[in-house]
Amino acid sequence: MSSPISRDDVAHVARLARLELTPDELDRFTGQLAAVLDHAADVEALDVTDVEPTHHPYPLRNVQRADVVVPSCDRDEVLAEAPASEDGRFRVPPVLGEEA
Amino acid sequence: MTDTAPVVEPTLPDGWELVVGLEVHCELSTATKLFCGCRNRFGDDPNTNVCPVCLGLPGSLPVLNGSAVDYAMRLGLALNCTVNPAVFARKNYFYPDMPKDYQVTQYDLPTSTDGHLELPDGTVVGIERAHIEEDTGKSTHVGGSGRIHDATHSLVDYNRAGIPLVEIVSRPDIRTVESARAYASELRAILTSIDVSDAKMEEGSMRVDANVSVRPIGSDELRTRCEVKNINSIRSLGRAIEYEANRHIDLYDSGQTPRQETRHWDEANGRSTSGRSKEDSEDYRYFPEPDLVPLDPTGAQVDAIAEAMPPLPSARRHALADAAGLEAGSVALVVERGQDELALAAISAGADGGIVIKHLENNLADGTGELTAESFAALAAMEADGRLSATQAKTVLTDLVASGGDPTSIAAAHGFEAMDTGELDAILDRLIADNPDEWGRFVDGDRKVQGFFVGQIMKATKGQADGKVVNMLMQQRAAG
Repeated sequence: MSSPISRDDVAHVARLARLELTPDELDRFTGQLAAVLDHAADVEALDVTDVEPTHHPYPLRNVQRADVVVPSCDRDEVLAEAPASEDGRFRVPPVLGEEA
Repeated sequence: MTDTAPVVEPTLPDGWELVVGLEVHCELSTATKLFCGCRNRFGDDPNTNVCPVCLGLPGSLPVLNGSAVDYAMRLGLALNCTVNPAVFARKNYFYPDMPKDYQVTQYDLPTSTDGHLELPDGTVVGIERAHIEEDTGKSTHVGGSGRIHDATHSLVDYNRAGIPLVEIVSRPDIRTVESARAYASELRAILTSIDVSDAKMEEGSMRVDANVSVRPIGSDELRTRCEVKNINSIRSLGRAIEYEANRHIDLYDSGQTPRQETRHWDEANGRSTSGRSKEDSEDYRYFPEPDLVPLDPTGAQVDAIAEAMPPLPSARRHALADAAGLEAGSVALVVERGQDELALAAISAGADGGIVIKHLENNLADGTGELTAESFAALAAMEADGRLSATQAKTVLTDLVASGGDPTSIAAAHGFEAMDTGELDAILDRLIADNPDEWGRFVDGDRKVQGFFVGQIMKATKGQADGKVVNMLMQQRAAG
């Protein structure tokens, strides 16, 4: 049986998640993820024609709040938690190269 | 689902047809954000409307704003969509303006699907879906020239993060630049008339992205499209689509194919530049948002929203057009300006629909002031039966707008009295005698000299003559 996931797939998903994996880790995770997907294949084999799709484990619907303003946080307190700030805003590295 | 024959834009080379779908994001004008009670307001000091939820701090949990859901359903119904049970999903990607590293949106089960929107000229554009999602924060790129490519760092304001949006995705039914602009205007008119968004493109509360492709006329294929972003006015929308379509045609003409990608419209230079390659949707690794339960509005809830719906622009156009005896497209401007109520009242008070619409379009762009339906109807009647010329009617109208009153007495105060045709006959006799050659040409059917005679009569009467009466007299004389 061919593997349900290739090493390239794992490398691609790792890149999307911004994870830097070593070649050893790539091999290891490819094997582990293949096992997980094999289990999903077992579930896929079941006949679920009469089973309602589950979008959420709790039988709750339409949990909503009223559209009423509550006080926000103090800005100085918020920005004090940030690695860097400038002009009342969060300062972050340039975004160039993020979209490789 | 376009029900009119596609019109070929003169801006495209012969043989090519435009295929455009628009994605419009509009911010809902709720009091608070989508998942927290922070204020939803444009223009506040940076990062003053933020809390652990919209900053994506660990341990915080979203609670859905009921008004945002109501607004989204109202919008869906206004776009003739089906309102469905819906599930929120996480769209995963990394960008500093999105603090959670995922955007909460609706994916495979959106609130509204399968609607349509009718443009003033009768063109119908299909709506694929209208789903609820949260807005991102706002980045400002600093250093270098302030552009993203050579910035040294970016500053982020999260006031906008978590503001409720509805993204309205049209079908690729748009075939002309003019229709694309009309679609955006119509959508803006709908958003404001149902009071769910202020829809200001200049403040970003309505943002339009265009999916543009082209194909040879007669083909029904869908070729590679590019998504053009950063369009900040309806005028830019037209320019951006035109540029992009021509870029595609140039590529095809030189044996190349456009690459599917996101492009940025550069208004100052009138061109689009390449952005990132469009990610596949699987790259976003959507999955159901575990922190939010499904939405399942009852039929009664949806019915109540439908019943409370104010009249929509297209229905208002049809109502006015029917009353005025005109085409829906020719009353669009009056409806857009919200002057249809006055027009309908004047028409039901007996005014000629054509005269009412003509004055509203041409002479009342700056508002109708003190003008009432009754005085408007009385004025229209005086113009219709020749007691006032069009020019005189305009003067009386200006007074009515400024200070109200009775059109008959205003006309009298200006000394406007219909000239009796005997006086006009005498002037015409003199003109014919002085210009026998011109008159001969008119009698022989040369319509071009008609303007000459009308002009001379207007000059002789200082504009007091009614153009329609003059034309009639000339026709009678020529026939006799």
